[in-house]
Amino acid sequence: MPTTPHLLARPIGARRRIGDRIAEFAIAASALATVTGIVLVFVFVLREALPVLTNPEVMKEANPAKFFGPGPWQPVSDLPRYSFWPLLVGMFKATLVAVATAVPIAVLAALYTSEFAPRAAREFLKPVVELLAGIPSVVLGFFALIVLASVVQGVTGSQSRLNALNAGLALGFAIMPVVYSVSEDALRAVPRSYREASLALGASPWQTAFRVTLPAAWAGIFAAVMLGVGRAVGETMIVLMASGNAALVSLPLTDSVRTLSATIAAELAEVVVGSPHYATLFFIGTLLFAVTFVLNVLAGLMVDRMRRHLAGA
Amino acid sequence: MTPDATPATLAALDVLGRPAPGPSPREFATPKRRAAQAGWNLLWTGVTGLATLWIVMIVVVILGTVILGGWRTVTPTFLFANPAEGMTAGGIFPAIFGTCALVFLMIIAVLPVGVLAAVYLHEYARSSSPLTKLVRFAVNNLAGVPSIVFGLFGLGFFVQFLGRGMDRAMGLDVVFGQPAILWAALTLALLNLPVVIVATEEALRAVPRTAREGALALGATRWQMVRHVVLPQALPGVLTGAILSVSRGAGEVAPILFTGAAYYLPYLPTSPTDQFMELGYHVYVLATQSPDVDLTLPLLYGTVLVLLVLTFALNFTAIFLRAKIRRGMGLGDAA
Repeated sequence: MPTTPHLLARPIGARRRIGDRIAEFAIAASALATVTGIVLVFVFVLREALPVLTNPEVMKEANPAKFFGPGPWQPVSDLPRYSFWPLLVGMFKATLVAVATAVPIAVLAALYTSEFAPRAAREFLKPVVELLAGIPSVVLGFFALIVLASVVQGVTGSQSRLNALNAGLALGFAIMPVVYSVSEDALRAVPRSYREASLALGASPWQTAFRVTLPAAWAGIFAAVMLGVGRAVGETMIVLMASGNAALVSLPLTDSVRTLSATIAAELAEVVVGSPHYATLFFIGTLLFAVTFVLNVLAGLMVDRMRRHLAGA
Repeated sequence: MTPDATPATLAALDVLGRPAPGPSPREFATPKRRAAQAGWNLLWTGVTGLATLWIVMIVVVILGTVILGGWRTVTPTFLFANPAEGMTAGGIFPAIFGTCALVFLMIIAVLPVGVLAAVYLHEYARSSSPLTKLVRFAVNNLAGVPSIVFGLFGLGFFVQFLGRGMDRAMGLDVVFGQPAILWAALTLALLNLPVVIVATEEALRAVPRTAREGALALGATRWQMVRHVVLPQALPGVLTGAILSVSRGAGEVAPILFTGAAYYLPYLPTSPTDQFMELGYHVYVLATQSPDVDLTLPLLYGTVLVLLVLTFALNFTAIFLRAKIRRGMGLGDAA
């Protein structure tokens, strides 16, 4: 511990109190900056999107009824059409693949870490998962575009090299660390006594893992999945690089897709500030904000509830 | 008696603590059943272990691909030369420089605010007060906002609102009201605020209570205690947060797409209002908008390798520091 002799030497005086006041003000202001930050994000993204809700001139071209009605996404044509349908389909397909491939792997790996793994494996795994979490999404996008796409095309024989399957798999890599670490936290939050009681009653380790620990932690694991979905929905660079970006409404996973987030990234640089297209892209941003916000809040509530439940039990 | 000792456990013993009459445990665990259970254990250990191995494999394959594809490209010339011939030759120096300048500006903005916010949460606030709950709620949800939304925010708030507003107020032409490294850095700073806060809070938690009590008992005010006793001890944790946020900031592309990153610039940024090249964005540009894919590919691999080495070096330092803090915490408890 560092020694601080000058603390003793300095008398209590007005100067010190002013210093304290200033520091306390800065501390309170910093704490409030987080709240202000998130409010500002919402307000200013919504502000640029407002014309599609209020400006009659803009609304002739782009308004929520058109966004959620069926149709194509053709923002740059003589007769621009702004239906989100192809983008929503693309988002659902990519997210579905990501969740279907990443969640089972991540949850099983979390079970392994918390229930079956020897200590040494556990110590080794945490940094590996953190490594995966630390890979920038643009690098995952690069990997999906250059390497994974060829593998996927080779296996499925799909026509388009870049498609929902390819983007979804890479998205899965991005959400695995989140799902893994939140699941693992949830499994670890299950009190030891649950496991000990189960083992003492004669259950074997795998019975304990699947019939005691997993059910006790299910709310936390569900929250992990929700956080993963939120991450997949908002993730941009991976889908922008790996999905092919064709705004199609179709069923096959091997078709090229365009997602909501990638649309913003691909088109915003070329639009005129204040145009219907510009406001529409900000509206998409508002939508993404709202969806991920709701998912995060719900996930937070579920984790809290689980912890209270386990603590009270 | 603890609630853990359930009636089920007790029922197997009689009042004197001897095994109760009834079938002995040996009869339940017949050799056949025991073998079956051992088989299931093995199976599930194997299945969950394979899932884990799969994650490790993903990391190994991605890193291996990048290292094998990139190591030949990364030479001193590559690191210190400008891109040439429509980015099909030359190096990535402007992107490296731009990335460093960007995260430098970002860390100046985010570190004080993040550390002080963590100090508020851990040292000043009562954990039950509505304001604390609100701040925590904001921190948690800020961390979940998609990075592309931060990009939109940066454009809508910093460039369009603040930048344009400053230009108007100062009667300038267009100086601040355009994408610039300053706005990109501030956008990233907001994105990374939760990273710094969470890491700092963890470090504050590791500072023993006795250190605080000692300081207060000697007559220090709360701020003096924080400034001279708590923060110096929490310094490695604060550093961890800073490093993690730099690592994340260096890799994020979506927030800087519209707030300042440039496709190609023949000069380095010298003022906060300049645009800049950035490694992550450069990867995106090389990967998707190259005029000649075959010529660009080695450069692309090289750029990815440099970006990965940069972020991983930072991450490893952070992981190492954090492990050190956690060990330190154990010692603190024992003392």
